[in-house]
Amino acid sequence: MSERTPLARARGLGAAHGGTHHWWIQRATSVVMVPLVLWFAFSLAALGPADHATAAAWVAHPVNAVLALVLIAAMFHHLHLGLEVIIEDYVHSRWVKFATLILQKFVTIIFGFGAAFAVLKIALS
Amino acid sequence: MVEFALPKNSRVRKGKTWPAPEGATRVRTFRIYRWSPDDDDNPRLDSYEIDLDTCGPMVLDALIKIKNEIDPTLTFRRSCREGVCGSCSMNIDGTNTLACTKYIDEVKGKVKIYPLPHLHVVKDLVPDMNDAYAQLTSIEPWLKADTHPPDRERLQSPTDRKKLDGLYECILCFSCTTSCPSYWWNSDRYLGPAVLLQAYRWIVDSRDERTGERLDQLEDPFRLYRCHTIMNCTKTCPKGLNPGLAIAEIKKLMVLRQS
Repeated sequence: MSERTPLARARGLGAAHGGTHHWWIQRATSVVMVPLVLWFAFSLAALGPADHATAAAWVAHPVNAVLALVLIAAMFHHLHLGLEVIIEDYVHSRWVKFATLILQKFVTIIFGFGAAFAVLKIALS
Repeated sequence: MVEFALPKNSRVRKGKTWPAPEGATRVRTFRIYRWSPDDDDNPRLDSYEIDLDTCGPMVLDALIKIKNEIDPTLTFRRSCREGVCGSCSMNIDGTNTLACTKYIDEVKGKVKIYPLPHLHVVKDLVPDMNDAYAQLTSIEPWLKADTHPPDRERLQSPTDRKKLDGLYECILCFSCTTSCPSYWWNSDRYLGPAVLLQAYRWIVDSRDERTGERLDQLEDPFRLYRCHTIMNCTKTCPKGLNPGLAIAEIKKLMVLRQS
């Protein structure tokens, strides 16, 4: 037990004056994803057992490519914010926490950029 | 890391059984968490068999009967016995509530009673509330105004007064706060539903002049934003209040003042 008073512990390092943007963007990205995920799911269902050329042509269509890129941006940003909160909730050792936060940032960025690159490659070739 | 299992010296063992008196007709078993700092024993669950024909209707009546007639070492907080003081908050039948307003009949089978979850235990059903009270102090729950006070009451319109309904009734029993998993994991930094409801009670008070300052003090990834709308707080509140809604209103104000 620390010798600090309970009030000193409660005040801690003070308010960080942040968190609102993080919270708001997490909500905004989830709202944006509702129609986009529906669109994506219905499109995939409609494509059904189409061959590679048909599927690539669908992705290459400007409207589909743009919507797919927006979905990827929203989804990976949302994923990144959500994982951050989960790590902060459960990992309390300072070094493990910061290492995990940086690692997850790196991994979500790689996967996000990878997905976006795949769409662009099909759309622009 | 979060600990999912109890440490060895906290594992709850089987305790003593205090049988019902002979000739008792309506017997109910109360399983009560016991732990004393005075010995090195692990916590245990004692069973008390009570004749409901000689006991009042509330769980607190049974606790007082046990202390008076069966086992005077049983330790718990109580005062008003009518849901106003908030002293006898504890975990009954798996839910945080007030022993004085909880009917024994509402519980099916054995009545299991534990202290409020995830606080240090002082003895038996008495948890250490010091940190929670300090968190309440930290939000400065009193009217703050810089304008010279009037010679009479500070006026408030009926509409503005209505905004305090559902907030002023809170008796600070901390049933909600100790039911919140987010508070369990991060009670050192997250303020918890009871304190945030109190904070909102002063934020919406039309007579208060430090609204922005209060929001500044809450705008923090841990103090406020550890609330993940789990809603255990609202479900458990023995006064039927809605701390989850109060926290959501604070978050709305945070966004409102930025756009």
